[in-house]
Amino acid sequence: MSLDKATVARIATLARIKVPEADLEALGQELNKILHWVEQLDQVDTTGVEPMTSVAAMTLPLRPDWVTDGDRVDDILKNAPNAMHGFFTVPKVVE
Amino acid sequence: MSDFTDLTLASARAGLAARKFSAVELTKAHIAAIEGARDLNAFITETPDKALEMAQVSDARLARGEGGVLEGLPIAIKDLFCTKDVLTTAASHILDGFKPPYESTITQKLWDAGATCLGKLNLDEFAMGSSNMTSYYGPVINPWTRAGDNRQLVPGGSSGGSAASVAARLALAATGTDTGGSIRQPAGFCGIVGLKPTYGRCSRWGVVAFASSLDQAGPMTRTVEDAAIMLGVMAGHDPKDSTSAPLAVPDFAAALTGDIRGLRVGIPKEYRVDGMPAEIEALWQQGIDWLKAAGATPVEISLPMTKHALPTYYIIAPAEASANLSRYDGVRFGLRVPGGSLDEMYENTRAAGFGAEVKRRVLIGAYVLSAGYYDAYYLKAQRLRTLIARDFDQAFEKCDVILTPTAPSAAFALGEKMDDPLAMYLNDVFTVPVNLAGLPGISVPAGLSADGLPLGLQVIGRAFDEETMIRAAGVLETAANFTAKPGRA
Repeated sequence: MSLDKATVARIATLARIKVPEADLEALGQELNKILHWVEQLDQVDTTGVEPMTSVAAMTLPLRPDWVTDGDRVDDILKNAPNAMHGFFTVPKVVE
Repeated sequence: MSDFTDLTLASARAGLAARKFSAVELTKAHIAAIEGARDLNAFITETPDKALEMAQVSDARLARGEGGVLEGLPIAIKDLFCTKDVLTTAASHILDGFKPPYESTITQKLWDAGATCLGKLNLDEFAMGSSNMTSYYGPVINPWTRAGDNRQLVPGGSSGGSAASVAARLALAATGTDTGGSIRQPAGFCGIVGLKPTYGRCSRWGVVAFASSLDQAGPMTRTVEDAAIMLGVMAGHDPKDSTSAPLAVPDFAAALTGDIRGLRVGIPKEYRVDGMPAEIEALWQQGIDWLKAAGATPVEISLPMTKHALPTYYIIAPAEASANLSRYDGVRFGLRVPGGSLDEMYENTRAAGFGAEVKRRVLIGAYVLSAGYYDAYYLKAQRLRTLIARDFDQAFEKCDVILTPTAPSAAFALGEKMDDPLAMYLNDVFTVPVNLAGLPGISVPAGLSADGLPLGLQVIGRAFDEETMIRAAGVLETAANFTAKPGRA
């Protein structure tokens, strides 16, 4: 599979990274090189092999769904680039 | 005073206990060393005031006959660990000004054990790299140079600042993290010991996430004994990390008996890769001979999936990274670059905040996870991962530990391998399979290249059997008797 300019632009949108139109071509070539290299895995027959999602041979533990932390609004907002009235602020999303 | 900075954790601890010197003296010597080595660019943030404050507390505890395992010992922290109210950057522009309101579990354990914090160490941006060249804060310089050649070399990566600072005697020890070799490869390049524990041995809570199914923190030290001591403090179950194993922490240092009679040492034939320098091949053979002379039995083993490990890794790691790094959006912390809409603000922030390698990996990750390609790439890689782990399971039926070189080359010059990401990825050919299988691995400095650079050997253990791995590493260390020091120590 090969990435064309339109696909690179679509992935960049999915990843929310602005890529100038002029850079799409070169970036696509870079990504293609990596993708072609990983496609060597197609040589391996993996029919019937279970995909591994975790190396830890354990079931994730459950815990009661209780609140264990909270009341830390100031701590949490302290690092926000922009906060007002106890909230994060973002550009207007509703007209 | 260089006598202080040349100590190990173990010998400094003994000196403090015998009241030969104070924690404040020990810390001051390291602060002075750091000030004198700023050109190495090993630190992103120095915390001398905090270090001295902590050292004073340690001296008071020691005077009362109290104190933890690392009481009064100055160490430094890879800047991927969140430290309360201390700038934490992951070497990325996008975390500008981020001061976490919490402390990572591992650093908290280190402070609780009495260690003093010298500062936060440089690394590849978000730990993505093998040379420390991708840091927003600039490259770290390896304290070693080739004989008769003063060109600056990379310290390896991603824990490049950690390796350089320990090798250059700026800290007695440092924390590192290892997703595909980021502790072991820089340890090899800088002539120190680097230990990646079994996945799940240490808590990942409060460590900036790169690839969550692969990331594991570990100690970087100048001796195997120090690595064992420090791992004992870092390890243990943490309810805040559901993947940390609910297992008791063994006395890792007690495993250093020196007795490996009857130990079966696996030598994987697939690790004789094309283009590996003859001197690394020779050092590997030397390592086999050393272990044999100590009573171990070398066994040839086969890990047939080895050549597929790197491409598998470069699907799985970017996929997980693209998910983990979605949190950097200019809203809650770090950099924000304004935009006309919310999406434009996200896109501008992430375009300005991430460096080229991070963008490359996030984009690859987004692609291999996207609709229509998920099965062909991501699911395929997960199936390969099963086969790679199975290779090790089968090998460990025939052997107790595995011996390999740490990396296929010694440290290279700044700027080399930068124009081809694939050439850079090959650095991790011997370390990546270990992460994919979740196993522990340790790099031990074992010799010098013809041009005077350190070379490491890697011992791989069974899952949660760091003790046998540490025992074998200790025997290698004794046999290699690596006493060379970098020009800048």
